[in-house]
Amino acid sequence: MNELTAWERIELIRHKNRPTVNDYIPMIFDEFYEMHGDRYFGDDHAILGGIGRLSGIPVTVIGEVKGRDLEENKKTNFASPHPEGYRKALRLAKQAEKFHRPVICFIDTPGAFCGIAAEERGQGMAIAQCLFEFSKLKTPVISIVLGEGGSGGALALGVCDVLYMLENAVYSAISPRGCASILWKDASKEKEAAEKLRITAEDLTAFGVCDGIIPEPPGGAHTNPQLMAETIADTILESLRILRQKSIANLLEARYNKFRKIGEFEEMTNSPESQRL
Amino acid sequence: MLEDLFKVVKSRLDYDSKSGSPVRSRIPSDLLFKCPRCQNVMFMDEYKAAMKVCSACSYHSRISARERLDITVDKGSFLEYDPDLLSKNPLNFEGYEEKLAAARETTGLNDAILTGECTIRTRKCVIAVMDSHFMMASMGSVVGEKIARAFERATEKRLPVVLFAASGGARMQEGILSLMQMAKTSAAVARHSDAGLLYITVLTDPTTGGVTASFASLGDIIIAEPKVLVGFAGRRVIEGTIKQRLPDDFQSAEFLQEHGFVDMIVSRVNMRRTISKLLKLHLEATEGSSHE
Repeated sequence: MNELTAWERIELIRHKNRPTVNDYIPMIFDEFYEMHGDRYFGDDHAILGGIGRLSGIPVTVIGEVKGRDLEENKKTNFASPHPEGYRKALRLAKQAEKFHRPVICFIDTPGAFCGIAAEERGQGMAIAQCLFEFSKLKTPVISIVLGEGGSGGALALGVCDVLYMLENAVYSAISPRGCASILWKDASKEKEAAEKLRITAEDLTAFGVCDGIIPEPPGGAHTNPQLMAETIADTILESLRILRQKSIANLLEARYNKFRKIGEFEEMTNSPESQRL
Repeated sequence: MLEDLFKVVKSRLDYDSKSGSPVRSRIPSDLLFKCPRCQNVMFMDEYKAAMKVCSACSYHSRISARERLDITVDKGSFLEYDPDLLSKNPLNFEGYEEKLAAARETTGLNDAILTGECTIRTRKCVIAVMDSHFMMASMGSVVGEKIARAFERATEKRLPVVLFAASGGARMQEGILSLMQMAKTSAAVARHSDAGLLYITVLTDPTTGGVTASFASLGDIIIAEPKVLVGFAGRRVIEGTIKQRLPDDFQSAEFLQEHGFVDMIVSRVNMRRTISKLLKLHLEATEGSSHE
């Protein structure tokens, strides 16, 4: 049982040695060929994608890229994708569907980028199209939140058959900082907001969003990246073994229902259609 | 018109000079409309007759879901779906229940959207209308569920969907559950789309955040009202990031159309007619293809 508070986990996943998707890929996959560009506008370095092999199985890999230092972060925009990043992800996902390759998504972003260029090129539209297409992509999709799952920018790679979270990862509709500044007009109360928002892997499991928690080495993923990578690889393999036995029709029905049932509300009566106005 | 306005004000002034009370407060707030964009002043009757559109700058004011239905659907044709869905407080978020209660009180709605079936100039469709007066039409479990059900019923009954979008984004108070409504609604739209059915989105003031990044952007045809605000990120967030002021027309309907994300900008006065014509065009297409 993880005893850390949500805020302590946020500090842990922001640790400068926390492994990124760039660290994991060579440790998890036997081969990996990176593919670039969205074929419309450019190549966004905040999202990487390519084709690899996992224990002999060809897979498409898509991931959000945190930099390991300032130089890398400048290049990857601190893992905040622009629309062309999501369009690249979608292009590679559609390609995976064509060649019947499972898609493995690694989520690790503070959120989709908020800026002029992102708006001009349709950030909302790009994310919406990911949600739309991934919901009916005719191949297994596994998503893993490595560290930060920041809102719509994370969800764009999170419409999947099975969602895993690393033990200390968080996934949230709004950043604790954003929440604090809206709620109390004081961004410095982010620690308090982090607890209220219920963003840990255990919280998300309780809400039916997270399907499995991947344990981290004691002290966090950065203390033993090799062990962490092996655990992730084993988890993906086991999950693929199950998913690949399902027919595409069953897979898509289960994926639809996975999201269809998320939400909490009450219904006062049983009359679905009433009240003619 | 302007003369009439002066008369009204003058009569109030005369009246007030006797009582000695401040003039401003003596003008009933429901008599005049002052445009928040251009400060133009209109008589309330005239403003209402113009469907709450400013005569000077054509600003399309935010209207309630009921008002939207009144000017859009054939009288008496609206059959509401799921009127009795109520939000819970899954995170035990402090103040959420009070906020919901206050919003229910002021709007007369159970949550930020009305869904149902109707005819628009005799064309049958499923309609969904979001109401920005209800917690800025933020999307929580109820909004997501009502949209998903509306699309599922439309798919089952082979009906087109017309959706008037407005939203400040995901409903923070419902945390991750609100985010997941983006996936839920988009998946329901995808099934409706795969069934070969028409979906028309109308973007109204303001459409932002998670709603822009899900069902509102997924229409086969995307219409916007003139001058409305549509975007993913909030204006202040972007200004905070870039440390400079954004131009006034940034994220306007016109800006979006210029960048290729909106098919048509249609004034409120012409909206009902335009939608009915588009519905008719697709009705004919469906009937034609059924012979194949």
